[in-house]
Amino acid sequence: MSDERTLDLLETKIEELKQLNAMDGIDLSGEITKLEKKLVELRRKLYSNLSDWERVKIARNPKRPYALDYIKLMFDGFYEIHGDRMIGDDRALLTGLAQLDGRTVMLVAQQKGRTTEENKERYFGMTRPQGYRKAVRAMKLAERFSFPVVTLIDTPGAYPGVESEASNIGGAIAESLLAMSQLRTPIVSVVIGEGGSGGALAIGLADRVLMLENAVYSVITPEGAAAILWKEKDRSQEAAAALQLTAEHLLQLGLIDGVIPEPLGGAHKDFAMTVAALKPSVVGLLDELRSLGIDELLDARFRRYRAVGSFRELGTSHEASSSDEKVSSENEADAAIISNDSPDA
Amino acid sequence: MSIFKDKQYLRVNVDKAPDDSLWMKCKACGELVFKRRVRENSNICPSCGEYFFLTVEERIEMLVDADSFDNISKSIEADDPLHFVDRTSYQDRIEKAQGLTGLPDAIVVGRATITQSPVVLAVMDFRFIGGSMGSVMGEQICHGMETAIEDRCPFILVSSSGGARLQEGLFSLLQMAKTAAVRAKLAEAGLPFISIMTYPTSGGVQASIASLGDIIIAERGAMIGFAGRRVIQFTIAQELPADYQTDAFAFEHGAIDRVVQRANMREELSSLLGFFVEVA
Ligand SMILES: [Zn+2]
Repeated sequence: MSDERTLDLLETKIEELKQLNAMDGIDLSGEITKLEKKLVELRRKLYSNLSDWERVKIARNPKRPYALDYIKLMFDGFYEIHGDRMIGDDRALLTGLAQLDGRTVMLVAQQKGRTTEENKERYFGMTRPQGYRKAVRAMKLAERFSFPVVTLIDTPGAYPGVESEASNIGGAIAESLLAMSQLRTPIVSVVIGEGGSGGALAIGLADRVLMLENAVYSVITPEGAAAILWKEKDRSQEAAAALQLTAEHLLQLGLIDGVIPEPLGGAHKDFAMTVAALKPSVVGLLDELRSLGIDELLDARFRRYRAVGSFRELGTSHEASSSDEKVSSENEADAAIISNDSPDA
Repeated sequence: MSIFKDKQYLRVNVDKAPDDSLWMKCKACGELVFKRRVRENSNICPSCGEYFFLTVEERIEMLVDADSFDNISKSIEADDPLHFVDRTSYQDRIEKAQGLTGLPDAIVVGRATITQSPVVLAVMDFRFIGGSMGSVMGEQICHGMETAIEDRCPFILVSSSGGARLQEGLFSLLQMAKTAAVRAKLAEAGLPFISIMTYPTSGGVQASIASLGDIIIAERGAMIGFAGRRVIQFTIAQELPADYQTDAFAFEHGAIDRVVQRANMREELSSLLGFFVEVA
């Protein structure tokens, strides 16, 4: 029996005992306390040392809170606005006005589905061109009234189908990046689950970027990287580690601003606790950003993105650390097609 | 790395090809064609019209006034921030690609003139890890745009890229944001940006800087699109039309302004730049 399964059984058992305890007036509290202690220990053992790949799985767990859950628990009075005014309304990306801690914000949030029916409507959380164009429309609306923008990122990637290409999905993503780089109002982005490549970044060019502890953010899925670079799909675990796609790694690399702790086992174990950790951070960041003059804000945003990258002076410090690895000409050919066929890399 | 120590890494090395045979076999039609005739024909198969890749040097030579190109690329190279190793190390891939191309990375930026009009021109080289955009390419593109702002002249980017460089992880992805942010400055300065899409312009390059041109011109035979065929079949198993992501498809759906034959590209740029003379 796997540890996960033991954990589930233990949780069920405690639940049963609690019900019995309440019903019959029999005092089972000693037993319950004992089991709860065991549960906490097991969880700690199981979750304190998660591999990067395990975090990928948690980030994709359909029980995890989705955008609509945050909208319900963290914001008040969501007033959704629909449609890109051109093609239609993308249900995988929601936009609308809401109150956060008593102040109006514009929400731009990617929404996955849980059931087959929902996933059909939401395209498995994959945003289409009309979604990105709706996002730009909503953000420009926010700019006109100086409402800050909060984006919630959760997508496997932009929708790659023929209809997407026919509506210039690449151009829609590019235009969103351009618009966000110039938007004259504060932007805070939170990766709540899967940050899938360009489809995620398209609503992620922000003044501050947060990630939930078990969220991931990557240029390509581990499966895609395994298929393209390793040529073996079952090397996804290795690829996940190599890509440094977890919140902790990305914080260390200086590419995000903060990590929001999740309840032990993941955000899906306790929505309220997750929201309680996230909300004050977002409110605090918005207060901080609002205190800056708008030109100062835009200037800081520009400098942030102008500076991103990692390179060195030509011909400096060169360790031949890995030059003993064999490289065949076949490898070169593989490398040459790296992203021509990679999921929205 | 010694060969890159000085800044003279860009040599117009037409004869650098290791294969000195007179004939080549066209991959498209299978015909044996005379190499010199291919070269004289803008690197297009004289038999079937298939476009062959151009190196950076060939591309520059084909677009700008003779001897007008001044390489202003920043003296930088990839530094492997993730210490990425798949079946081979990123470091090795970089060295191989540098050896193959004589370039520090997949792009070269310079000042040049096109029929006497000054421009800043950036050209990608697909041979260098698929022309993929990592931190170096992002920086060079921004450097090119900033030089155009300083010089008050148009910026021209010739894309040939499979997309983001996977081995730099999120650093690569963020180059999309970086180039978009600097592109906004070029627009604020009122200077034109001409984006030329060649085979292939896809993934993270197509979904950022290449799609942000004031004017977007595709070279005939270009492949233009966001997600490759394999991804689509892998993700949603959709049937794809024969013209999927061709220049004709992009044109038909309004993603680009014009499609131009390779041999006519210099003339095309020359006449287009003529409209912007007063601006710059
Ligand atoms: Zn041919």
